[in-house]
Order: sequence, then C-alpha cells, then structure tokens
Amino acid sequence: MSILVIAEHDNAKLNAATLHAVTAAQKIGGDLHILVAGTNAGAVADEAAKVGGVAKVLLAEDAAYGNRLAENLAKLLVSLAGNYSHVLATATATGKNVLPRAAALLDVQQISEITGVESADTFVRPIYAGNALATVQSSDKVKVITVRATAFDAAPATGGSASVEKVAAAGDAGLSTFVGQELAKSERPELTSARVVVSGGRGMQNGDNFKLLDALADKLNAAVGASRAAVDAGFVPNTYQVGQTGKIVAPELYIAVGISGAIQHLAGMKDSKVIVAINKDEDAPIFQVADYGLVADLFQAVPELTNAISK
Amino acid sequence: MKVLVAVKRVVDYNVKVRVKADGTGVETANVKMSMNPFDEIGVEEAVRLKEAGKATEVIAVSLGPVQCQETIRTALAMGADRGVHVQTDVELQPLAVAKLLKGVVDKEQPQICILGKQAIDDDANQTGQMLAALLGSAQATFASKLVLNDNGTANVTREVDGGLETITVKLPFVLTTDLRLNEPRYASLPNIMKAKKKPIDTLTPEQLGVDVAPRLKTLKVTEPAKRQAGIKVKSVDELVDKLRNEAKVI
Repeated sequence: MSILVIAEHDNAKLNAATLHAVTAAQKIGGDLHILVAGTNAGAVADEAAKVGGVAKVLLAEDAAYGNRLAENLAKLLVSLAGNYSHVLATATATGKNVLPRAAALLDVQQISEITGVESADTFVRPIYAGNALATVQSSDKVKVITVRATAFDAAPATGGSASVEKVAAAGDAGLSTFVGQELAKSERPELTSARVVVSGGRGMQNGDNFKLLDALADKLNAAVGASRAAVDAGFVPNTYQVGQTGKIVAPELYIAVGISGAIQHLAGMKDSKVIVAINKDEDAPIFQVADYGLVADLFQAVPELTNAISK
Repeated sequence: MKVLVAVKRVVDYNVKVRVKADGTGVETANVKMSMNPFDEIGVEEAVRLKEAGKATEVIAVSLGPVQCQETIRTALAMGADRGVHVQTDVELQPLAVAKLLKGVVDKEQPQICILGKQAIDDDANQTGQMLAALLGSAQATFASKLVLNDNGTANVTREVDGGLETITVKLPFVLTTDLRLNEPRYASLPNIMKAKKKPIDTLTPEQLGVDVAPRLKTLKVTEPAKRQAGIKVKSVDELVDKLRNEAKVI
C-alpha cells in the first residue's frame, strides 16, 4: 500500500495541520508520500521531506496551484491517484474544498473527517455534530479521506530525510481564478493549535467587549474563539467560530465565556482536556460539559480572572 | 436564467439525537425533521436572485423518501417556483446524491446550482464539490457573498480558515452556502398556502440512470464517550486555584 498525503501550505511554509494527517496515514500503514502542489513551493517541499516517516515528497509547481483552486488541484490529484491506495488531507477549508471534487472524479465515496483508523478500509467518523460515531467500511479501490486534526497527534516535523521528486502539473482547468483574500491578522496562537482557547458567546453583548477576552488571552498565551451566535451577530469575524461547521478545537484548556452551549458549539470543543464555563445562567447547557463552572456576571468575573492569573 | 437549489430533509437542529440500542444508526422515528439549515440559506439566496431579476425560475430539488416533498414545500413557500423530487428509500450517500443531481441538472440546465455546504446529519461536506466535478463546472464553496457579473462570471467571497477569499468563477457553477451568506426568511401563511398549488415532479434514480447503492458500509454507530460531570466553583479565586493545583493547566 502507498498513501498520498496532501500538504497544506501557503507556498512558503508547511502548515502544521498537515502533520496530523501524516499520523493518520501512519496508522493505516504503508509507503507514505506527501504532495506539495504550489507556486515556487520548493521550501515547503524541503520542509515536508523532514517530516518523520515520510518516504517521498512529490512537488508539483504551477501557477494554477498557487492559490489552492479546487478545480486545478483536483485534476492534479486524479492524475496521481492511480499510484495510491489512499489519498488523505487534513479537514481544513482547503482539504474540504478539494478532496470531494477529486473523489467524485475518481468515482469514489469520500470518508470525511475521520477520527479513528480501524484498518486499511475501516474508519471512525463523527456524525450529527459528534453526538454519534459511525464506523464505516469502504469498498472503493482508492480511499479518499479527510482527517480531523484534533483526533490525531502531530507527526514530528523533523527527523525525516525523504527525497523530493518533481511531478508534472496537470494544467489550469480554466474555470475559476483567484481575486484576493483578507486574512485576519493576529499576534496570538492559531485557534486550532493553541494550548489554551478563550471563547466568547452572545453574552459578550458586542464586539468591543471581546477586549476583555483579549486581555485574558494575553495572560494565558491563548487564542480567542467565539460561538456561532457571536459571529452571526457580527461581534467577531468568521475565523473565530468554533463549532460543528466552524473550527474544531481540542486545547488543554478551553474557557467558554457567555456561551450557552448549543449542540453545534459543543461539537467543536467538547474534546478539550479541561473546560471552564463562565455564565450567569446556572441552567446553561455548557455547564453539563464543563469541568469547572462559575455562575457569575462575566463582566466582573473575566477581569477578576485576568488579575488573579497575573498574581 | 434558472437556479437549482438542493434541499435535504434532516433531523431538526434542535433535536438531541439518540443512538439506537442495536447500534445501526440514530433514532429518526417520531423525531422532528426540518430542512437542513444550510439549504435554507441556499433557498433564500436563490429567491433573492429571482427577486433581483437575475434568475427567471427557482427549482427546488430533494432526494429520498416520500416525506422529502414536505421539505420541497417549505422551499416553495419561501419562494421557489417548482419542485423536483427524486424518490427512493435507499440510503443516499453524497456521491449518489451528486450523480442524481447531475441527472436533474442535465434536464433542467440551470446556470447556478446552490447547495448547503454540509448537511447537519452526516456532516460530510462533499455533495456540492462532487456535483461540480461531475458537471465539469466551477465550484464556489463556503460562500458568504455572491455577486453576478455581466460577462458570464460571478465573484464569490468564501469563508476560509484564515479569513475570507474572493474568487471569480465561470457560469454555470455550483455554489455552497456558509452561514453568513444571508438570513433566510420565514414563509408567510399566504405563501405556505400558495406553495400547495406549485408543481412537484417526481422522478426515480432508475429514470435518471443512476446506481445509488451505498459505497460505504456502516458497521456500527455508537455514542461518544461522555464527559464526566464537573463541579461548580464559587469564586474566581477558587477557579484559579483549581486550574493551578488540580487541573494544572495554568
């Protein structure tokens, strides 16, 4: 068996999300190759070659891959998939966009966001916002799989010495073009890989009040997240959203502030190691999953907590 | 220009699902069913295109058992013009859904197909991308803004991990909705009444020439490990003490 893992990157650096798919691939077992498709992405390929357990890095360079357009990347994957028993990507926005397109072109039923590997053809995946776990077996000749990053540890970023092989690009599908992006800038750790996450919900009342969470996050070197309600209300951008259809996080410590605990929010954070909930409604469902609950007015409790941690 | 919008009947998002005792699935008998919330956003976007004079007709499509017609009626009450129901009792997986939708698209020739980015039951997030692949057309997934240009293209703003990105796609194309695309309307009572008179065509997978047999076999469905119930602390000081000395996370 040989497994192809799609590298997530920005043409300059390998995104650490890729390392989780590498671990999932190792659990399946077999020769492990990483595909780096990009523009001037040689540095990413060199980085990928150092990842522990990787046998070979495939580097496909073309302007068509510079902005991760699904139509172009899926064409490339189809041209390579014949050599592999499994094609994996981490379930990032890019992985979710590209892999199903490639799967359909290969006439394969993709397996989305696996959280466990039972065997080479049998996998566990959450359904219904994580309220049930399905064990599914694929009969397709190539298994096309996205991997939930929080369910697999990161593979070591160094220690490997794979060869880098250039592969032919598959051209531009001519269907879509990239116009531009507005990336949220933050000095804080990334939400999906932070050790501590502080999240705010509707109880924050407005975007300005998120400064209270920023101050707490600064003390804890934490990322700041939000519930869907807070994002829909326009308090913070979509990049903050933790939940079933937002980001899935599993930090050491998750502090939920003014979040009631809707099912779809719990789906995004209930695998956190320690959960703290601060909410003035003592019946809020968030308390049912919290290790430590504090029934209090967040506008008093959060500044108090920030101060207490500094001591 | 026709717009096709796909609507899925799912367990209502407010229902706490229960795993069946025999481990074959989740309990769906006597459970409230609704339109997948992302598909409501899709219907709203399609109806807005019609109201803006950009679309001439909005066709709502649902696939599955006979009760899917209720979901189509909901779309018709929100403003879709007519429905297509592909009736089958077989469990439909995303690839089969995409193939059936392609069959309907081949007949109807819409310029835009709108789907929810994911269904809240199987959480697969595949069907729109698969439909675009099978049609050989562009895909604009996780959309938070759609602007149609005059030259046969559209600009779509997409919600991605790091923020927002904008792409230009050629028509015809497939759009999948994210939460911030719009706020779906509630159907008014007069519109619910009017929707009862709107036509729904019924097709079968055989008529569309699609093999819908599931590719993935579900071996079992289980409940995830439950979190241990925690404790309530009385003060911020007690919380900090617990986090430092008991959980040792700060």
